[in-house]
Amino acid sequence: MSAERPGLRTSRPARYTLRFLALGYLAVLLLIPLGVILYRTFEPGIGEVWASITTPAAQSAFQLTLLAAAIAVVLNTIFGVLTALVLVRGRFPGRRFLDALVDLPFAVSPIVVGIALILVYGQTGWFGDALENAGIQIIFSWPGIVLATVFVSLPFVAREVAPVLREIGDDQEQAAATLGASRWQIFWRITMPAIRWGVAYGVVLTTARAIGEFGAVSVVSGHIQGETQTLTLLVEQRFQNFDLAGAYAASAVLAVIALVTLLAMTLLNPRKDET
Amino acid sequence: MKLRNRISFVALTGVVLALGVSACGGSSDDSSGSSDSSGGGGANLSLVAYSTPQVVYDEVIPAFKKTTAGADTNFKSSYGASGEQSRAVEAGLSADVVAFSLEPDVTRLVKAKKVAEDWNQNQYKGFVSNSLVSFVVRKGNPKNIKTWDDLLKPGVQVLTPNPFTSGAAKWNLLGGYVAAGGAKDQKAGLAYLDELLSKHVKVQDKSGREALQNFVSGNGDVLLSYEYEAITAQKKGEKGIELVQPQQTILIQNPIATTLTSKNPDKAKAFVDYAWSKPAQEVFASWGYRPVNQEVFDEHKADFPIPTDLYTIDDLGGWSKVNDELFDPEKGAVAAIENKNGVSTEK
Amino acid sequence: MSAPAATSGPTDPTVRPRRRAKRAPAVRRVSAVGPLSIGIVTLWLSIIVLLPLAAVVVKSLDGGLDQFWDAISNRQAVAALRFTLIVSLVVTLINAVAGVLIAWVLVRDQFPGKRFVNALIDLPFALPTIVAGITLLALYGKDSPVGIDVSFTQTAVALALLFVTLPFVVRSVQPVLIEVDKDMEEAAASLGASGPTIFRRIILPNLVPAILSGCGLAFARAVGEFGSIILISGNIPFDTQVTSVYVFKQIESDAPISAAAVSVVLLFISLVVLFLIRSLGRWGARHER
Repeated sequence: MSAERPGLRTSRPARYTLRFLALGYLAVLLLIPLGVILYRTFEPGIGEVWASITTPAAQSAFQLTLLAAAIAVVLNTIFGVLTALVLVRGRFPGRRFLDALVDLPFAVSPIVVGIALILVYGQTGWFGDALENAGIQIIFSWPGIVLATVFVSLPFVAREVAPVLREIGDDQEQAAATLGASRWQIFWRITMPAIRWGVAYGVVLTTARAIGEFGAVSVVSGHIQGETQTLTLLVEQRFQNFDLAGAYAASAVLAVIALVTLLAMTLLNPRKDET
Repeated sequence: MKLRNRISFVALTGVVLALGVSACGGSSDDSSGSSDSSGGGGANLSLVAYSTPQVVYDEVIPAFKKTTAGADTNFKSSYGASGEQSRAVEAGLSADVVAFSLEPDVTRLVKAKKVAEDWNQNQYKGFVSNSLVSFVVRKGNPKNIKTWDDLLKPGVQVLTPNPFTSGAAKWNLLGGYVAAGGAKDQKAGLAYLDELLSKHVKVQDKSGREALQNFVSGNGDVLLSYEYEAITAQKKGEKGIELVQPQQTILIQNPIATTLTSKNPDKAKAFVDYAWSKPAQEVFASWGYRPVNQEVFDEHKADFPIPTDLYTIDDLGGWSKVNDELFDPEKGAVAAIENKNGVSTEK
Repeated sequence: MSAPAATSGPTDPTVRPRRRAKRAPAVRRVSAVGPLSIGIVTLWLSIIVLLPLAAVVVKSLDGGLDQFWDAISNRQAVAALRFTLIVSLVVTLINAVAGVLIAWVLVRDQFPGKRFVNALIDLPFALPTIVAGITLLALYGKDSPVGIDVSFTQTAVALALLFVTLPFVVRSVQPVLIEVDKDMEEAAASLGASGPTIFRRIILPNLVPAILSGCGLAFARAVGEFGSIILISGNIPFDTQVTSVYVFKQIESDAPISAAAVSVVLLFISLVVLFLIRSLGRWGARHER
């Protein structure tokens, strides 16, 4: 597409100024805190760090975090892309309302998210009796954690893909339709490749948010050692027990997961030279 | 994709997987990490407790399993802030034994019919450990803080968690309240709290642990805390802090109870009994908790000096009275003080 | 694919239909989304988002309208709401400008270490909030290595929120900037337009939906943020206490109805703000064309 063409040419001084401003802002706001975190994490030494991230508690927390994040990412990606399509290409009454719904998940304080889930799926909640009769436990078990994670990471893919959809317009899709392509073909062959980067960044943000969620998960997890503790809950617990080094070490795992997701997404996209 | 990139992708994924799958044991700061409910044979017990005594129960539980009463039990434990844990059990978190940092968190469960009404009809009145409201100061006590009146000296900055976000933080303010004579003269006690909160407490963190973190980061001259918090912190490597015990203070009492919803009530009772027994109480003592078991307490007399003027919540009429009169978020006296102070900062 | 950047066809309700000389007059526009898709999305959003939020609304009305009103007119609640909204708006605006700048540099510029910088952007919210909180306290508090002590001030809250909402606008703008068609930029350049003009007149309008999308996310996140603010803000009522902490207080003090009520108000106000942000975008886009 437009990879090869330079488009707007900025003069050298302008380019350096912009670069300086952007990197400066990032350095102050991001790099320095990150530096502090890295320093504090590795201060006790690599051996210590490794030991504290391979304890049984850490391993089970890691697995639970990955499980919840994986489910959240898959669900929110599929429904997110669909939502973006519906919101941008669709016309129907109530579209504005649906649009607003998508952003709501994190305007609610995380504690309230957890309580809301308990109000619906908890023992005395709206579905409490039905769930108990069916023998399904959601709250204080892993499904509750997954639900909370899905809730808080819902908006990203939809919000990343929608502007791209708006940007590219639907001319090509229309053209394909008149040539007889089916909806699925249009989507897979024309739309999907164009929104690829939106989806990729959406997945990255969703993953980062899902693994980093604390408040809502804290309320619905029950903090059962080795069973319903995610990595963020483990960090909190270590903090409580004056094991700051262990808390930082577990946080480092979260940072690595986020990093890997981003690198995976950018590597899987042949357009990597765009970034 | 390019081979080089494919390799780096695989390498990175490998690193992540290695972390998760790694079988190295490593040192355990959280030794009761994996739940050991093996399913077959043996009773499953779950302990829902507040966060600080995790270090204690991490030792007590394995010791209990070695006894005849405790042989053949599998434990699941959960630790979190006292109020949150109590509310979780109320909302259905399954528990056989509950251990919280203050009595109202058990009373909530009695009201919700999860704990028997006679839970505290025993020789220990339902409490498994005690402590005292104390001061934490910088090493060397540079500002020479010894009594509650010292807190009111000009320029002294006091840190204490907000009693509304942390139920356990109520103990701290009650310490000052009784020291100023609040048990007999409510006005005097409230006047003290008013001056303390208005002039010397600028900031109230969400929880005790966070207040300690703030203190350690250089803020404030003195932190109101519990004796066992300070002792545990020091034992875990927190340097630069010192414990100062005021001679007038209130006795902190931490309750323990079995639940009505327990599927193994006998084993649950056995565990609570064990928690009161000598070996378990010794573990409590080692981490700075004052044992309720008189024998063990006497042995550790030197570590736990008794203040000259020690009050209990009963001297104030019990928790319901205190919660209503002082800590009701709408009508309580402490809430009124907080609101009054807010007027100057309100924009 | 080289669909011209600015057209979205008659199916986009924000654009007045363009007449094109060559188009056959009776072309039927095929809708890309049928009722099934709309139904699925509605169901999904209802179950995951609407249902729990409805439970909160119901809870807030448990004590009747009087109790609801008392809860939200409480002075501390009002102060917390006002502070939360103002600081979130300010932070969103700052990160909107910074976000576009950073996205531009990441997409259009080349420098060693760019990949690394790009990877860093998401880290603020992969980090558990307590770690972010401790770090911010270490950096901007009493013992600050950089000499900045803003602990327990409103500035501290703003700093914490800037850190946490940084990625949103950047990540929203990046994919759009990548897809933007450079034809018009080249054309304008060859006609003699200067860099800033090209940016302002040609590129920026295309970025507006993305910027607004990112702003919406950033704002929503800022008003709900809890963990990373706590340590450094000091939670001073009427001063640095944010709504989420006030709500937490109410829950801890066994006043769940009050907590639910204040949350509902915050939710409602956020809805309104988000709606305004989006409408602003539509109005702006319409008048640009």
